[in-house]
Amino acid sequence: MKNQFKNRKFAIGGMLILIALIFIARLFYLQIINTSFRLSAQNNVIRYVPQFPARGLIFDRNGKLVVHNEAAYDLMVIPSQLSEFDTLGLCNILATEKKEFIKSLKAARAYSPYIPSTIIKQINPETYAKLQERLYRFPGFYVHTRTLRKYSYNIASHLLGYVGEVNEKDIKRDPYYKLGDYIGKSGIEKSYETDLRGQKGVKMYLVDVHNRIKGPYQNERHDSDPIVGSNLTATFDADLQEYGEQLMLNKIGSIVAIEPATGEILSLVSAPSYKPSLLVGRVRSKNYLMLARDTLKPLFNRALMASYPPGSTFKTINGLIGLQERTLFPSTTYSCNMGYHSRGLTVGCHSHRSPLDLPSAVQISCNAYFCNVFRNILDSGKYTDIHESFDSWRNYLLSFGFGQKISLDLPNELKGFVPKSSYYDRYYGKKGWSSLTIISLAIGQGELGITPIQLANMTAAIANRGHYFSPHIMKEIAGGDDNTESFTKRHDTAIDSIYFNTIIRGMELAVNGQAGSGSTARIARLDSIIVCGKTGTAQNPHGEDHSIFIAFAPKDNPKIAIAVIVENGGFGARYAAPIASLMIEKYLKGKTKNKWVEDYILKTDLIHGKQEK
Amino acid sequence: MVSRRNNVFANLDWLVIVLYLVLISMGVINIFSAEYNETTKNFFDFSLRSGKQMIWISAALILALLLLIIDSRFYLYFATPLYVIMILALMAVLIVGVEINGAKSWFVIGPVRIQPSEFAKVVTGLMLAKYLSGPNIKLQKIKNLIISGVIIFMPAFIILLQPDTGSTLVYFAFIIVLYREGLPGILVAIGIALAILFIFTLLFDKLIIVASLIFLAFIIYFFLEKRKKYFLIGAGVFIISGILIWGVNKVVMDNKIDIYMSLLLTISFSSIIFIILSFAKKIKYIVLILAIMAGAIGFTYSVNYFFYNILEDHQQKRINVVLGIESDPLGSGYNVNQSKIAIGSGGFSGKGYLRGTQTKFNFVPEQSTDFIFCTVGEEWGFIGTTVLILIFVFLLLRLLVMAERQRTPFSRIYGYSVFSIFLFHFTINIGMTIGLVPVIGIPLPFISYGGSSLWAFTILLFIFLRLDASRSEFL
Ligand SMILES: [Zn+2]
Repeated sequence: MKNQFKNRKFAIGGMLILIALIFIARLFYLQIINTSFRLSAQNNVIRYVPQFPARGLIFDRNGKLVVHNEAAYDLMVIPSQLSEFDTLGLCNILATEKKEFIKSLKAARAYSPYIPSTIIKQINPETYAKLQERLYRFPGFYVHTRTLRKYSYNIASHLLGYVGEVNEKDIKRDPYYKLGDYIGKSGIEKSYETDLRGQKGVKMYLVDVHNRIKGPYQNERHDSDPIVGSNLTATFDADLQEYGEQLMLNKIGSIVAIEPATGEILSLVSAPSYKPSLLVGRVRSKNYLMLARDTLKPLFNRALMASYPPGSTFKTINGLIGLQERTLFPSTTYSCNMGYHSRGLTVGCHSHRSPLDLPSAVQISCNAYFCNVFRNILDSGKYTDIHESFDSWRNYLLSFGFGQKISLDLPNELKGFVPKSSYYDRYYGKKGWSSLTIISLAIGQGELGITPIQLANMTAAIANRGHYFSPHIMKEIAGGDDNTESFTKRHDTAIDSIYFNTIIRGMELAVNGQAGSGSTARIARLDSIIVCGKTGTAQNPHGEDHSIFIAFAPKDNPKIAIAVIVENGGFGARYAAPIASLMIEKYLKGKTKNKWVEDYILKTDLIHGKQEK
Repeated sequence: MVSRRNNVFANLDWLVIVLYLVLISMGVINIFSAEYNETTKNFFDFSLRSGKQMIWISAALILALLLLIIDSRFYLYFATPLYVIMILALMAVLIVGVEINGAKSWFVIGPVRIQPSEFAKVVTGLMLAKYLSGPNIKLQKIKNLIISGVIIFMPAFIILLQPDTGSTLVYFAFIIVLYREGLPGILVAIGIALAILFIFTLLFDKLIIVASLIFLAFIIYFFLEKRKKYFLIGAGVFIISGILIWGVNKVVMDNKIDIYMSLLLTISFSSIIFIILSFAKKIKYIVLILAIMAGAIGFTYSVNYFFYNILEDHQQKRINVVLGIESDPLGSGYNVNQSKIAIGSGGFSGKGYLRGTQTKFNFVPEQSTDFIFCTVGEEWGFIGTTVLILIFVFLLLRLLVMAERQRTPFSRIYGYSVFSIFLFHFTINIGMTIGLVPVIGIPLPFISYGGSSLWAFTILLFIFLRLDASRSEFL
C-alpha cells in the first residue's frame, strides 16, 4: 500500500533525535561543564537559609513607638549531618538539660534527617555570643536569626494582637509560610499581617561535610534580600489606652472610644487584660495556656465579642426613631406615676417630677416616657400590622450598625443580635404578640445583644448628628497604598440630622443639669467641657446588673465618643459614668483634675470581693 | 488455538519487551532511592513506595499477558464503544470522583484508586486509529480534520475541567499522528510559527514585536517583488505616513499617543494606501503579507490577554520562570531550581546509588513521581541520564519502525499514537526537570511512581505489541 506521507516519518524521527540531543547537551552542561552545580566534594550540599525581615513597627496616633523588635536566635539541626559531638559541652553552653536536649534531637531526627529542625528556640544574645565561637565543633548545628516583638508600652494586647508560629492551616492557605515561620494571630498583627511581615529573602550557601559554610552559592546569583515590613501607625492614643487599662483594673468590662469625625478608635480596653509581652518568645505557649485557663477569660476581647442589652442608653435611639416617624415631638409630654402601667403590666420607674418633655425624659431617664414613645412608634397606624412596624423599627437600628460587624480591621468581632419579627412569631405565634409584649425593648432590655464597639459607634453617630464612619484601628501604613476607601466612607443613619439636637440636649442635661433636677449622670460632669451622656443599666439574670455609660464631648464639634461597660457594676452612674468622664478629660485635656473620682475608680475592685460602696 | 497463541508469542517484538522490563526495573530502583534513608528497612517493604510499585508492576505484567491473549481484531471492533464508555467515565468522575491534589480525577473503590484520565489516552488512540483508517478519510478535507479534532480534544476538554492541566496537554501529542497521516504541512508551519510568536510575545516588549513584524514583512516583500520600484514606493509610503502621524501627534495631540500606538496607526494608515495601490497596479503578495502581519499582531494581542487575564498567577509564574523572565528560587522556580541542583550535583558519574543528598524527602517535592529523573541524575550522573535517554530513544525509534511496518492503517495510526504519547511524556517530563519546559506535572513513563500511570502505559504499549504480532493476519 502506497502512502504519500511516508516520508514524514523522517521528520518525526528527526524531531525525536533532535530532542534527545538537546537533552543530552543540556545535561552535559548541567552535569559536566557547569561546575557550580557539581560541587567539589562528593557530599557537599546547598543550604537554603531564609532571611527573615524585621516586622514593621507599630506607632500610636501621636507617633509614639508602641511595638518594636529585638533579635532572637534559634539553634537549628540537620540530623543527617551530625557526627559524634560533645553533647554535655553543648548543653553547658546553652544552659539546657541534657535529657531535654536529647529528646528534641530525637524528635528532629524522626521528623526528617535532611530538613533542618529547630532544637532550641530563642537563645538570648549572651548565650548566642558564646555559642557562635564554638559552633564549628558541632557539625550539623547552625544558628538562625529572627526577630521578636518587644513592647515599649506594655498595653493594648487586645488591639495589637500577638504573633505566633504558623499552623498547618496557615501553610495550606498561603504557601508563603513554611513550618516554623511566624504570623500575626490576632488584632492588628493579624489584620495587617501582609504589610507588617514584609517579604522573606533567601540566601544559598555551599556547605561542606563539616557543616562549614564554604561561601555563597553561584555568587549569590539566586539570593534575594528580605524586604522589611512596613511600619504602621495605629489610631489609638497610647497614653489614653494605658490610662483606660488602669481604670479598668480589677473590673470586668470594656471601654471603646472613637473619634466621631473619622471613626478612628482612640482606645479599646477589654478587662481583665494581659500584658502583650506575656505572649512573646519562649514563654508564649506556657503563658497562653495560663491565660486560656483563667476563669476571668483575659484572652476574650469583650469590646468586640461580648454582647449586652444596652439598657437605658438605648432610649436615645428610641427617641430619635419616634421623632423621625413623627409619632413623637420634642414638646410631647407624658406623665409618670412610678412607672408605666398598661393592661396589668408595669414597667417600674423611680420617683421624679412629672410630666416630662423629651429632653427631660432623657435627662431623668424616665422609663414610662419611653414605653409610651416605643408603643406609639409600633402602633402608629402607619403600618398594617406589628410585623411591618417592628421590622421598620429594626431597620432604624441596623442603620446605626447594630446586628452586624462594624469594625473594618479588627478580627473576630461578633455581630450582636437584633431580633426580627419572625423571632417573636416563633415564641408567641404570628398573632400572639403586640407592642406591649416586647415593651422591654423600649428601655433597651430584652432580646437585644449589642457589643461595646457597636455602642461606641452609636454614640459617635449621635455625636455626628446622624452619620458615622466605620470604626478602624489603622491610621497609616508607611509606603502602603492600601485601599482605604472604606475608611472614609460615610454611613448615614436613617434619622435626619435635625432630630438629634433634642436628644443631645437631653444628654447634655443628664450630665450638666442643676443639682436636684434629677440628672442621672452628674458624676460625669467636667468643669470646662460640655459632656453629653446617657447612663444605662443592663439587667443581668446571673448577678448584679452591668453598669453602662455612653458619652461624647465636647457637645459641639465632638472629638471623642465613648462607651463604657462595667460588668456587675450596678447603675450606670456608679462606675461607667465616672470612668467615661475621666477618659474624656484625659484625652481632651491630657490630665485629670478630679482626683477623688479617679481614686475612687482606681481603688474599686469588683473581682476580688472587696467592692467599695 | 494453541498454534495461534504460539504464533502470537513467536511474532512478538521481544526487543521492546526487554526495553520495557529494563525501564520498569530502573524505575523501581530509583523510587526506592528517592525514599531511602538510614531507617529504611528493605526494598520490599510494602509500606514504602518502592514496595507498592513492585505490586503495581506485578499487576501490570499480568495485565500485559492478558492483553496479548485477546484477539487483535477486538480493538478495531470495540474502539467506538470503548470510546463512548471512556467519555462517560470521565464525566462521571467529575461528579462522583474524589479530589486528590486539587484535581477531581479519581475513582475510589475500597482500597483501589483509579484515575480514568490515564486510560483515556489509550482509548482515544484506538478511536482515532479507527476513524482515520476508515474509507475516504483524508485530513486535507476540513470535515475529517474537524472530526479528528473532536475525537482528540473532547476527552482533553473534560479532563481540563477536573482540572488536570498536565493530562490535558498530553492530547496535543496526537498532532504528531495527524501530521504523519497527512495533516496539511501549512497548518503545521502555522502552528510552529504561532508557538514561536507566543514565546517571543512573552519575552519581548510589544513594541519590539510589532516593529520586527513590520520589518519582517518588508524583507519578505523585498524578496518576493521583482519590480523593485514598487518596493521603494511602499517603503516611501510607510516612512511618509510615519512622519505624518508623528507630526500630528506632536502638534495636535500633545504627544499623547505613545510610540507603540503611533507605530500601529502608521502601519494601518499605510496599509490602506498599500491595498489601494496593489489593486490599482495589480501588485501581488501585498494583501497576503499585510493580512499575515495583521493576524500576527492580533495574535500577540490575544496572547497577552490570555496570559494576563486567563492564566492563573502560578501558571504565569511557571512559564515566566522557564523563559527566564522571573527568578523566584523559593516560589514556583523552587522545584526546578532544586531539581537542576540535584541533577547538576551528580556530575559525570553520580554520587552512587542511595548516596544522593539533594533528592531525599522534600528537597524536591514529587520526588518519586514527576521528579524521579533528578534521582537518576544525582546518583547516576551524566552516564546514568544519558543511558536512560538513549534507552528511551531506542524504544521510541523501535516503535516508529514498528508503526511503519504495519500493513493496516489502523495499526499504523495506533502505533503512532503510542509513539507520540511516549514522546510527549518523555520530552515534557525530562525537559521540566532540567529547566527547559514549564513545570507540567506528568509522569516519566515506566519510571515514575504510580499504579494508574504504569498500567495505562503498559496497556498502551501491549495493545500495540499485540497488533504488531498479528500484523500479517490483517490483509
Ligand atoms: Zn419615670
